[in-house]
Amino acid sequence: MSNAAVSIKNLGFKYPGQAAPCFNDLDLHVQQGERFGLFGPNGAGKTTLMNCMTGLLSFQQGSIQLMGHEIAHHKKSINRLFGFVPQDLSFYQELSPAENLSFFGAWSGLNKQEIKNKTDELLDVLGLADVRNKKVQEFSGGMKRRVNLAIGVIHEPQVLFLDEPTVGVDVHTRHAIVNYLKELNKKGTTLIYTSHQLSEAEDLCNIVALIDDGKIIAHDSLSQLLIDHEEDGLEGLFINLTGKAFRDL
Amino acid sequence: MFKLWSTILKDVRILSRDRLGLVFMFAMPIVLAIVITAVQNSTFEMLNTNKVPMLLCNKDTGEAGKQLEAAIGKAGMFDLKQLAPAESEKEISARMHAKDAVIAIIIPADFTAKIKEKAKHTAAKALHSFGLQTDSLKTDSSSIQPITLLYHPVLQESFRHSIQGALRSALQMVQSKEVLKSIYFSINEKELTDTLENELLNNQVAIREIPVSRDGSRNIPNATQHNVPAWTVFAMFFIVISLGGSVVREKLNGSFVRLKTLPTNYLVALLSKQLAYLFVTLVQAAVVFSIGIWLFPSMGLPKLDLPADIIGVFIVTLICGWCAVSFAIMVGVFSQTQEQSNGVGAVSIVLMAAIGGLLVPSFAMPSSFQFVMKLSPLHWCLEAYYGLFLEGGKLRDVILNILPLLGITFFIQLITLYGLKRKNLI
Repeated sequence: MSNAAVSIKNLGFKYPGQAAPCFNDLDLHVQQGERFGLFGPNGAGKTTLMNCMTGLLSFQQGSIQLMGHEIAHHKKSINRLFGFVPQDLSFYQELSPAENLSFFGAWSGLNKQEIKNKTDELLDVLGLADVRNKKVQEFSGGMKRRVNLAIGVIHEPQVLFLDEPTVGVDVHTRHAIVNYLKELNKKGTTLIYTSHQLSEAEDLCNIVALIDDGKIIAHDSLSQLLIDHEEDGLEGLFINLTGKAFRDL
Repeated sequence: MFKLWSTILKDVRILSRDRLGLVFMFAMPIVLAIVITAVQNSTFEMLNTNKVPMLLCNKDTGEAGKQLEAAIGKAGMFDLKQLAPAESEKEISARMHAKDAVIAIIIPADFTAKIKEKAKHTAAKALHSFGLQTDSLKTDSSSIQPITLLYHPVLQESFRHSIQGALRSALQMVQSKEVLKSIYFSINEKELTDTLENELLNNQVAIREIPVSRDGSRNIPNATQHNVPAWTVFAMFFIVISLGGSVVREKLNGSFVRLKTLPTNYLVALLSKQLAYLFVTLVQAAVVFSIGIWLFPSMGLPKLDLPADIIGVFIVTLICGWCAVSFAIMVGVFSQTQEQSNGVGAVSIVLMAAIGGLLVPSFAMPSSFQFVMKLSPLHWCLEAYYGLFLEGGKLRDVILNILPLLGITFFIQLITLYGLKRKNLI
């Protein structure tokens, strides 16, 4: 697995005070350059797994390697390798997009010139150049999502974790974000993506894993999974493998 | 260093756009310093410059009643309004309810007669003890009616006591005069001359008041010297509303989560907040002190006199500010919501101000509170400032106030680090 972007082995994780573990001996490998989609019903463990991969949660058993580095041992030093776009709008709404990028760029380890260059480029590509100095709190939901994405990629990470990056945005913004992510992937960035937008996922992802009850129940290219399970779309495959019962009761 | 500078810039930008926070940090201490100083100054002036309106109903037609009136007038505290002798206590009360005055005195009708009677009896006792014969020893003096002092319920007890003291002094003067006259007459069988009377009664030893200062100056402390440092300390600690809220917002809006995934330690953010807000506390102190120096005199309030040791003032301000900032961050780290941070922060500052001696002087605290008082960082801040502003001390004179303050600050920092570690934030 020398070209693995993320390699998870025998992962065991349990929240404090919880009786049953979220994951027990979970294995998962994401190759470099993949556009990997992780899907599952509510409460299946998608966000928990992503938080373990980004070092936000400390796991009790097993190992997670990111670009060959064990994250449990070198958390801060390998944080430069990946970017994270959380589901929440995780930035300062009192600041402008340029001010946010300036701050988060510095925290990502960029110097002043690199920050300036990347800020100009990202604001231009994501259609925010005209509002670069306006406070983000005055923006629409779609514009805020684009700021959220820009901050996650300012340091050109090798692996980009995206937790529902397009939730609550219109078709145009979704289209722009998906296209931008494909461009990033062409330049070599591995994408690890979760969403409930299955049609968007079909468009973006080339490798898909389904997780349910803390276990990976399917993991292959989307086309192969559709053939194997005789489905014509990701939504049918999802229902076929996870059932129709509500999971968030 | 670039990361720290970027973080400071971010914090300053957010702070400068938090208008409510700025109002709390700057307008509130200015208003408090002006209002409290003005109120205390007017009380001070009422006792020393202005006179308290007093109704006086002298039902006595004799000499002692007039002497008492004159003695009360000489006390210099009262603006006397004479009432007709026929006015009843009920009518006088009605006048007081109408706010004609807050105090009234009724001198009973037989005041002179009874005072003379008592003076004769006292003189006879004295002469008897000297071995001289007298025939008035058996005079009964127990029937003297008391002077009636009516006061409005709004009058504070301490103020009432100072009025009573002035009245007793006037009454003592009248009684002593009568006793002296009586003894003199019994011995010499002639009246006491005015010159001798004045020599015996009005030749009191003067009292010289000297404020104890370290620098040997004889400046009399005033309401401004007391209030400006006190409310500056209060204002510094009130940045908990802005800073505590900022830490909570960062935790709740997801910025914290993003910061944790970046290759920079959150301690940089903590250091940045401390430096940015420490600068704010220094500006707060500069603003409030400037108002005391330049604005107060134009408002008729005493001017703030800065201590000679300006470097000492700067260092004390710096340490007080650091303690205030540390406390605010701790409140923010342990609060779950912004409302919780604001509520806990504001109430705890008022409580620490109360037990620390900002609201009630520390020497007036009950002994059971003396230990608790020392746990309040505001107490040590205030003591250090008073050492400089009131006692005219230098930095070395307040070092024993600064050391406990630094100890409390380090303790708060440790608790904050523990809280961040426990919540997996660092």
